[in-house]
Amino acid sequence: MKAGSNLEKVFESGQFAVTAEIGPPQSANPGPLTHHAKMLKGYADAFNLTDNQTAVVRLSSIASAVIIMREGVEPVIQMTCRDRNRIALQSDLFGAAALGVKNVLCLTGDHHIFGNEKAAKGVFDLDSIVELQVFDALRTGGKQLGGELVKDPPKMYLGCAENPFATPYEWRATRLAKKAAAGADFCQTQAIFDMNMFEKWMDEVRSRGLDKKVHILAGVIPMKSAGAARYMKNKVPGMIVPNDIVDRMKNAKDAKEEGIKLCIEQIEVLKNMKGVHGVHIMAVAWEEMVPRIVKEAGLLPRPAIP
Amino acid sequence: MIVAKRKPLNEIAEMLAPYKKVTVVGCRSCVAICLAGGEKEVKMLVSALKLKAKKEGRKQHVEGFVVERQCEKECVAEVQGKILDSDVTLSMACSLGAQTIGDMYPKHLTFPGLNTGIFGVPEEQGVWSEKCVGCGNCIIHTTGGICPIARCAKSMLNGPCGGSANRKCEVNLEVDCAWAAIYDRLKLQNRLDLMEQLTPAKDWSTSHAGGRRTYVREDAKLTPHQKKGKEAVQ
Repeated sequence: MKAGSNLEKVFESGQFAVTAEIGPPQSANPGPLTHHAKMLKGYADAFNLTDNQTAVVRLSSIASAVIIMREGVEPVIQMTCRDRNRIALQSDLFGAAALGVKNVLCLTGDHHIFGNEKAAKGVFDLDSIVELQVFDALRTGGKQLGGELVKDPPKMYLGCAENPFATPYEWRATRLAKKAAAGADFCQTQAIFDMNMFEKWMDEVRSRGLDKKVHILAGVIPMKSAGAARYMKNKVPGMIVPNDIVDRMKNAKDAKEEGIKLCIEQIEVLKNMKGVHGVHIMAVAWEEMVPRIVKEAGLLPRPAIP
Repeated sequence: MIVAKRKPLNEIAEMLAPYKKVTVVGCRSCVAICLAGGEKEVKMLVSALKLKAKKEGRKQHVEGFVVERQCEKECVAEVQGKILDSDVTLSMACSLGAQTIGDMYPKHLTFPGLNTGIFGVPEEQGVWSEKCVGCGNCIIHTTGGICPIARCAKSMLNGPCGGSANRKCEVNLEVDCAWAAIYDRLKLQNRLDLMEQLTPAKDWSTSHAGGRRTYVREDAKLTPHQKKGKEAVQ
């Protein structure tokens, strides 16, 4: 065991994992986190706390992790390189580990131009791949990037993200290979709507044997409306939503219901896809739908691991 | 070259408003080529400032000069009399020129007329793009001759981020993704293996992150004896 987190144990036991996302509030109020933790407990193996997602200032991911841990829910903290240099990244990793956090998702981070502090100075001292390397060297060799030895290094289960739908497409499996070599234990993918394209990426992932090195969590997003589908298709860089899905949402009598149905169908396909070891459900601002999706996708009960 | 942009007329006029005698000093180097602070631009700004002062009923004497390279003391010294005879000097060079004047005449006021921007390359008439940030440790032999530090919004070192769509940058859809360009170039050169390699953390100490940098060429420096000789000639 690298960190002994619940998520790691689920993967190691060979069971199909489920993770979901909890977005921290844009305030100092812990209430929404506690509310979501209580509501979602038992419906996923671990929950991602986003790190100032899309560069919008929110309650910190590490603090959020501690708040949901009080409710008996396991966190995956996201940690971006946008707001921290190597000193802060390593320091925050120490801090998170000391507070009992066992999973970290290494991300470069959305550029601050998308957020609500556009005049910020982005850090980008490291990129996500180097961040993985640094965290891996800390946990395996107890060695800081600058070379100093750490007596009680943080033991963390290391995650990464990959987007099979970003260009150059033909290089995207290579990027996962680099992340695996850098120390990633698991990978959350960008939300999948184009299943054929995802299959193509998975083909290459499997042919390189990467699915044996990194546990792949396929990303899904339940859509609330046809507008949401169009928005993701046209406005979110690196997201591909095929026309038939936009049409299906548009023609649905009850778009919300259709969005949930579609998400469950996608999970069914992903459950049977070789090399996919779990799903990551990103119900952004729609967290209350996660229990239903997990239940109807036949993913309950979640494994009870001591 | 160094690419700069003239500040808006109103901002310049506001800066200079309290002063009666203004000397504008342009530069014939980079800023002349990028059409920001050469002969023509100095002339235009001087007449615009005069006109504005007249319109606003301010008594202001504005005169313009251009030197060869404002970042070199010898060139600045040629207009020393005009600088010191004024209440304020408006530099129409990059910030290097403005700071050279400021360092030479510390009691005298020197204000910037330009916003210094980028180490850029002219792409077409009137268009310059940033290609280097002067990080002090060039790696473009490994990236197909394209600098990811300057040309990627996140200075990624290990390939494109997840926001690259249609080979464009997520930050500005008009701009090519630097790493998509690097990928294409390396493919053309049959060197795609470089895209598989892990690039470790960059040592930023050679960049501005390491503090103000001074480059010294010992072999080019004058000996004390040579210095004395030069002073004697001057």
